[in-house]
Amino acid sequence: MIERTLENERQEMRQAFCQCLLDLAADDERLILLDADLMSAIGTKPFQEAYPERTVDCGIQEANMIGTAVGLSLTGKIPFAHTFAPFMSRRAMDQIFISGGYSKANVKLVGSDPGITAMTNGGTHMSFEDMGIMRNVPSMTALEATDITMLKWMMSWLAQNYGMQYMRLVRKQCVKVYQEGTHFQIGKAVQVINQSGAEATIIASGICVAESIKAARTLDDEGIPVRVLDMFTWKPLDNQAVADAARQTGAIVTAENHNVNTGLGAAVSEAAAGSCPVPIEFIGVHDRFGQVGDQNYLAQEYGLTAKDIVRAVRKVVDRKHQYLQR
Amino acid sequence: MNENIDMDKIRELKRFAGRIRQETIKEISAFGTGHVGGSLSIADLLAVLYGHEMNIKPEDPQWADRDWFVLSKGHSAPALYATLALRGYFPMDWLNTLNRNGTNLPSHADRLKIPGVDVTAGSLGQGSSVAAGVALGLKMDGRNNKVYLVIGDGESQEGQIWEMALFAAQHRLGNLIAFMDYNGLQLDGYCQDICSLGDAAAKFKAFGWQVVDVSDGNDVPSILQALETIGSKSGKADGQPSMIVLHTVKGLGWSEIAGKPKSHSISINKQERDQALAEVQTMIDAA
Repeated sequence: MIERTLENERQEMRQAFCQCLLDLAADDERLILLDADLMSAIGTKPFQEAYPERTVDCGIQEANMIGTAVGLSLTGKIPFAHTFAPFMSRRAMDQIFISGGYSKANVKLVGSDPGITAMTNGGTHMSFEDMGIMRNVPSMTALEATDITMLKWMMSWLAQNYGMQYMRLVRKQCVKVYQEGTHFQIGKAVQVINQSGAEATIIASGICVAESIKAARTLDDEGIPVRVLDMFTWKPLDNQAVADAARQTGAIVTAENHNVNTGLGAAVSEAAAGSCPVPIEFIGVHDRFGQVGDQNYLAQEYGLTAKDIVRAVRKVVDRKHQYLQR
Repeated sequence: MNENIDMDKIRELKRFAGRIRQETIKEISAFGTGHVGGSLSIADLLAVLYGHEMNIKPEDPQWADRDWFVLSKGHSAPALYATLALRGYFPMDWLNTLNRNGTNLPSHADRLKIPGVDVTAGSLGQGSSVAAGVALGLKMDGRNNKVYLVIGDGESQEGQIWEMALFAAQHRLGNLIAFMDYNGLQLDGYCQDICSLGDAAAKFKAFGWQVVDVSDGNDVPSILQALETIGSKSGKADGQPSMIVLHTVKGLGWSEIAGKPKSHSISINKQERDQALAEVQTMIDAA
């Protein structure tokens, strides 16, 4: 029996994001906020009002923003730089890779409106590849915040740890998954659901975590127990949790608001192939561009709903039993 | 001319520039090939900066009060390496390891490997923004350190240069002193035939910078005069950023390549090396 209740967060993610910045800035005068003319979109104007001298709105110039953030970090500042996920990853990548990664700088990159959550900005502004791009930068940490409780912990971790780090952040409404005080750790997936005799493990991230919990309820009603992992830490990935899932449940479904071919599906496949190869099904975007629409429409269009996850679990469990019969 | 700079100092800086040229030629010829042209065109500037202008302590590269140097046209790193070695940042024999397997001296300067290199750059345009970020950070902290930035004219075809130019003026980075090594050549030929920059001084003026256009950018007294004109030593961190456009000759010092296309990245054999070294020695002796 899965007892988790799912409700929307009472705040938007961006409100919590700004509050985290304010709290962290009060504790550490080295914290600087940079943006490329999207402060109003991400709701950080209150930060600018509180700390005008520590706010750098660069204007619409992502490449220069990243270089500037790197330069600030070389003088000992702790820069957080925000823009929409596609601009951070696609547009500013060489700056992130060379000025940031190669020269071992300390910048906290925040990419908002990931995947289908870009909704009516979609098409041009819809990023299904940002985490995959970031995963390719050596030493980069790549994280996706699931809800506000996790976001608060993540922001604190980013501020306290040196290095190039990318946080993928939904801008508006999220489903609340975690209670206050939940313990998180970099490189460790969160076991959200673990039913005894689990037939498969759903390894999800971001908005797909809540969908996976809904899927687990439906599957429970059908008599298919599952494990659900929140793999918010794409890099470093929790290889041990993947290996355990493969060995103990024998089948995996990945679920992401991102392209499968460079995303969580690819990362989990790599980990499973290196430890315990098992049948895997992939919920996510399959080599397609974005488009406009509301989030429900887009979730159906790209097959990211709880129903899609349920179908994938049934299929992967069937595949597992077919293998076992051989 | 600044009264504090006498003829002896100018002679010393000219000789230093000659030594930078000679060590650059030896360094590249030791490997066999490299970015000769753009390295030789900035030798006089490096001599002025590292022999006179910048506040540095070679024995303490991370000294908190040092001025910062950013070579955004990073492929000219061999000249910077020669300069740093001559100033004692690291042993001279490192220069023989340029681009060899496991070296500390790669084609483009790396802040993690080389004492005295503050910023990694080489992917063109990028060093400029990092320099602006450093200048902003120093300014936020109320420090008086200056940031000296070198960009190329070919490099200025990159959009990032102009993003930085807008940004530095907006944020009044008076502690940012940039130089453009305007040698008129890029890898594929003459800049004006490929994507002409035109009047760089007018462009930076229009972007809100304090600009000095130096017609002979390889002339030590002219470089010193330009620095005096912008008030590099007296300038406040809050003010217009400065751009000194140096009209230079790519490959200056070695007549075989000076001012010619195909001087960008070339090989140097032993005979050519000896010829070039002798030519530079003549320059040094005439100083």
